[in-house]
Amino acid sequence: MFATMGDTAKKLTELFLIFLRIGPMTFGGGFAMIPLISEEVVAKRGWLDEKEMDDMLSVAGSAPGGVGVNAAAFIGYRRAGILGAITAVIGVTLPTFVIGLLFYLFYSLLEDNIKVQAALKGIHGAVIGLMVTTAYRMSKSAIFDRMTIGLACLSLLSLTVLHLNPLLVISCGTVIGVAYLFLEEKLGRRIATESRRKTKVKKEAIGPEYYI
Amino acid sequence: MLESLLLAFLKIGLFSFGGGYAVLPSIQSEVAGPGWLTEDVFARAISIAALSPGSIATNGATLIGYRIEGLPGAIVATVGIILPSLILTILIAMFFYRMRDSKWMRYVLYSLRPIITMLILYAAIRLLGMDADIGLNWATIATLLIIGGAVFGMLRYKLHPVLVIVASGLTGIILF
Repeated sequence: MFATMGDTAKKLTELFLIFLRIGPMTFGGGFAMIPLISEEVVAKRGWLDEKEMDDMLSVAGSAPGGVGVNAAAFIGYRRAGILGAITAVIGVTLPTFVIGLLFYLFYSLLEDNIKVQAALKGIHGAVIGLMVTTAYRMSKSAIFDRMTIGLACLSLLSLTVLHLNPLLVISCGTVIGVAYLFLEEKLGRRIATESRRKTKVKKEAIGPEYYI
Repeated sequence: MLESLLLAFLKIGLFSFGGGYAVLPSIQSEVAGPGWLTEDVFARAISIAALSPGSIATNGATLIGYRIEGLPGAIVATVGIILPSLILTILIAMFFYRMRDSKWMRYVLYSLRPIITMLILYAAIRLLGMDADIGLNWATIATLLIIGGAVFGMLRYKLHPVLVIVASGLTGIILF
């Protein structure tokens, strides 16, 4: 009993500290947090594998609210249940709450500093780069057949050209995709809901070892 | 006052899909309606929110809450915008792990993955479009160089994201 309580407390503290660290380092909003979160929980700690991270991101991204907060809640829940979700969200929000207010209060000082402005512009570019990288990594498991290519093009067009509401794009796209798979299944065609490319990449990665 | 502020931001949190910049228009209409903020105060708060680390929508809520009602306002607005998505994400996560291996969940994920990928790309494009003087000039070229460098460094050399951010900040001081 005490052992499990201690265990939970340890997990919660760990979660809190991880997300406390991630918050202040992510300039540029929630999507910029994703590579960092992925680095901490996939690469470093192995709590989730890459595929689960992609699925998590898909689901967290389609819930309302900021993606960073949602991803924190999701991973917190995965690690330590509801308390974990709450802990991770407080961890990710607390430092940025304080820093945001400080920024606001001292903005007049920062506004006139050319070097600070230049650094922020550089960081701005890096953040766009982080987001493009996230999208690229995700596209490898997300876009692999005619329908997923179609859904991707359709969503990008509806967002950029037609300026449709993201909720509308998410819900209509999901209905189209699910209906397509359902029809294909009814027609007796073989359907794949996962990309097969990943296993291929793994084989290639293992490949060279045979020659050493 | 605090209660209506809380209600307004609960509503924004509940109906704001797409994260970050997608949330800003609904914040604007919610706070402009009761006449809490003028347009230019709002714009200023948002640009600072975008410069500060963390989620833009949450930062925006914090600063606007602060502007309207001081520190209590900041706390109420932040809690308000986060609470609905926290509760909904927990419910979705519960559902997700219960249904993960079912056929329908696989179908939904199959459809969601490409859409969310493009939502991320779209957020990146919007962020690029935020630069006021976009066009064929030095600032745009420098930004594109940094973006390219960041993507290349992360994909090719698997650089740590924080390293990329710090290096880009330093590059920014040199280039801009």
